[in-house]
Amino acid sequence: MSALLSPLGALGRLTLDILAAMGRVAIFAAQTLTHMLRPPFYPREFLNALLQIGWLSLPVVGLTAIFTGGALALQIYAGGARFNAEAVVPQIVAIGMVRELGPVLVGLMIAARVTSSIAAELATMKVTEQIDALVTLSTHPMKYLAVPRVLAALITVPILVGVGDIIGIFGGYVVATQNLGFNAAAYLQNTVDFLEMRDIVSSLVKGCVFGGIAAVMGCYYGMNSGRGAQGVGRATKGSVEAAAVLILAANFLLTGVFFSV
Amino acid sequence: MIRFENVHKSFGPKRVLRGMTLDVPKGTSMVIIGGSGTGKSVALKCVLGLIKPDSGRILVDGGDAETGDRDAFLARFGMLFQGGALFDSLPVWQNVAFRLLRGALKKPASEAREIAIDKLRRVGLTADVADLYPAELSGGMQKRVGLARAICADPEIIFFDEPTTGLDPIMAGVINELIREIVTEMGATAITITHDMSSVRAIADNVAMLHDGVIKWTGPVGKMDASGDPYLDQFIHGRATGPIEAVR
Repeated sequence: MSALLSPLGALGRLTLDILAAMGRVAIFAAQTLTHMLRPPFYPREFLNALLQIGWLSLPVVGLTAIFTGGALALQIYAGGARFNAEAVVPQIVAIGMVRELGPVLVGLMIAARVTSSIAAELATMKVTEQIDALVTLSTHPMKYLAVPRVLAALITVPILVGVGDIIGIFGGYVVATQNLGFNAAAYLQNTVDFLEMRDIVSSLVKGCVFGGIAAVMGCYYGMNSGRGAQGVGRATKGSVEAAAVLILAANFLLTGVFFSV
Repeated sequence: MIRFENVHKSFGPKRVLRGMTLDVPKGTSMVIIGGSGTGKSVALKCVLGLIKPDSGRILVDGGDAETGDRDAFLARFGMLFQGGALFDSLPVWQNVAFRLLRGALKKPASEAREIAIDKLRRVGLTADVADLYPAELSGGMQKRVGLARAICADPEIIFFDEPTTGLDPIMAGVINELIREIVTEMGATAITITHDMSSVRAIADNVAMLHDGVIKWTGPVGKMDASGDPYLDQFIHGRATGPIEAVR
């Protein structure tokens, strides 16, 4: 009997651990949001976070988007050729980039670049007692470290997604007009005609949510890291894994909210 | 006066503080000694609210350390951390003047920089280091910068967490002298935790021996050698045999 119950007990403990971890992250996120509304504010740290998360992520976002847009155009053309639907390339590239690939790929790139960086930086600060030092200097670590980063991500990631969408569409446009024989003006006209405001709004909302997830997970794991180099490593790895999974799960939910009939 | 009243703190099954009781009179320098893992740092962090005691009280000038205005409370303290805990992303002068660049004590940047450079001079560093980053400094210089940061806002109470760990004996002596001079000239209440007996003799007015989570002996530094306490005797003479079990 105990042999039967043992796996169930382990499953129960695992479930409780996962629920407890989700609760802790939710409380952390809620505390970060409430601290955003209450002074003191740290504008220099916020501007620095805008630069680090937004501006310096542009190259990786742009490169990811342009190659994805180009590959998407080739795939749709090749796939569409099987049932004489090659002409849908502009429409499918546009809808694919704006609704799904733009936000998801930018979100995952931000998780790789920004979440890992935040988690490693804050975890190092934790193990070297810099976070304790902040407290002794009358500075709330959440206000000084988490709020500027999360706020900057909430603002800049939707912009990055918008930029990624445009660059992705441009990648498809270049491939379609240079390699696949599409007319440039007709391609652009088809793209503009096919996209709806709902597509663009969903893309930007996803960007905002994914940015929040990426920054919150980086801050949470960093500020709660274990000791030593191993603690920093685990925090960094855990933050990226959690951010990537949550971004994909949130994408599924948001797609359902925006586009379920 | 800082008073620890029957303070208990455990981390899981590990009981670190088991009823620590200690008085640190105002304006005196108390050095807490004891083996690694006996809870010395935990005791300091409990005062600052970095760790919450499981039970017992900590009183600072009669007021409970856990109640009241946190910012006003913490503004009375300065702390030198074991590893310096300097902020990597900020230049030295901004580390030193951190408190003066934000919050209730905020001053114009130029004034804060002047004060920071003045404090750097006080700990034996020149203005040249003000614009360097912590990673560009040696261990001894980082300790001095940490010390300058601890005293920058002229705190009433200063904590020193193993101030000479990792330093060569000469630099350790310099830091000990600096701490003693600064504590005396500022009239601050100081608590230092250390294993280093030369630090104890250089810095302390009073000494407390922490072992097994309780204070085994406390008294003036001058009476330390003739205390007759077997725990203290074993510790200050560094003997492997005695009531303190040495893990081999």
